Amino acid sequence: MTTATRTARPPSTLLTLWRSTVGKKAVMAVSGLVMLLYLVAHMLGNLKVFFGPDEINGYAHWLRTLGEPFLRYEWFLWIARAGLLAAVAAHGVSAYQLSRRDLAARPSKYVHQRRRASYATRTMRWGGVILALFIVWHILDLTTLTVNPAAEHGHPYQNIVASFGRWYSCVIYIVAMLALGLHIRHGFWSAAQTLGANNARRDRALKLIANGLALMLTVGFLSVPVAVMTGVVK
Amino acid sequence: MNLTLRIWRQAGPDAPGSMTTYQVSGISPDMSFLEMLDTLNEELITRGDQPVAFDHDCREGICGACGMVINGRAHGPERTTTCQLHMRHFKDGDTIDVEPWRAAAFPVVKDLVVDRSAFDRIIGSGGYITAPTGSAPDAHATPVPKDTADTAFEHAECIGCGACVAACPNGSAMLFTSAKVVHLNVLPQGAPERSSRVRNMVAAMDAEGFGGCTNTGECATACPKGIPLPSIAAMNREYLRASLG
Repeated sequence: MTTATRTARPPSTLLTLWRSTVGKKAVMAVSGLVMLLYLVAHMLGNLKVFFGPDEINGYAHWLRTLGEPFLRYEWFLWIARAGLLAAVAAHGVSAYQLSRRDLAARPSKYVHQRRRASYATRTMRWGGVILALFIVWHILDLTTLTVNPAAEHGHPYQNIVASFGRWYSCVIYIVAMLALGLHIRHGFWSAAQTLGANNARRDRALKLIANGLALMLTVGFLSVPVAVMTGVVK
Repeated sequence: MNLTLRIWRQAGPDAPGSMTTYQVSGISPDMSFLEMLDTLNEELITRGDQPVAFDHDCREGICGACGMVINGRAHGPERTTTCQLHMRHFKDGDTIDVEPWRAAAFPVVKDLVVDRSAFDRIIGSGGYITAPTGSAPDAHATPVPKDTADTAFEHAECIGCGACVAACPNGSAMLFTSAKVVHLNVLPQGAPERSSRVRNMVAAMDAEGFGGCTNTGECATACPKGIPLPSIAAMNREYLRASLG
């Protein structure tokens, strides 16, 4: 006679994934890649500042009308913002939890200290904190215009020129973009490794792509404050 | 050679430890690092002091028993095990710092000896093939492509010394666990338990209190057997496949 075998219901797949170090790291990798894609689009959009006020102001307006008449005015923008907020939150929470765990796993340091890993790798945690603080400043400066001297809604060109007319705004921006470059240099390759996309043959190519993306985004973003400082954009 | 050694001395698991300085003289450059420590211990025993405790067994670089952090590097300056590290890699008059593996999951037992049984429990959670796979002649019954055999062998080389955990700033056991997961998961004999193996071994690894991987690459640099860093990517791939597939 056979007896029915009953197995305890296992916890849900997503919960198990989130609780494991490998799964949490995958959440970090995916949310990081989402933000990276957004940054490429954001950087390309910024470059329109070089083609005059009408170009970038028109582009900003178009972003608000995108999806009409299916979406109402600004709906696309709010959907994108919700997605980005979720990505930032997932990235930050998993980074915080994993960092806590990592620090606890190595409670005592070696007496003989030597430099470990590359600069980009060692600065991931502090770099991430700098970027999070920068995002807050950046939104107050150029989205809500709370701390912007021009503060003209619908006129991003004028707001950008006004913002970078202050030296400290340029310093904040430049420091943050250098941190961003370092973060992506390690982060992109690390995400490929975490999601299992890396292997011995692809390793070099992935590192090259990571460096290329980091350089492209840093140079692209930095070109705007540099242009304002040098009077190319005024 | 005359050397100054600064060695971590700790009487027991809960006793406080500290670096203690010793002078050794008459060291031959052909001695292994462990033979140099043997020389020190003979002197200490003659003086009536406690010898420095350290793990060792085969002294041929294949058992994985020995291991200590020498001048901040797991197994010292050469890519080999401590027993196969020779004193010719040091200079006369050098000061050498010797410390145990440091990780929450590897508590110090005494001096340079740490408890690595956490590794045994990770292996016990899935680092094997349940069904008998036969004896040597039966191996020919299941053809294995050359590439696959090479990958499996490259990862089977892991001797479980723990240098990866000692070198990792997060005390992570990802390289160790990935070596066993890749070794068995690529082989046809290991395929039926492919998913449960990676899920159970990662769960066991996490339960032991090892840290996560931040892809610093310190582990693969320290590994005396050259387990490559992309092995961790291969285990991540297996884990995500097993969890989402």
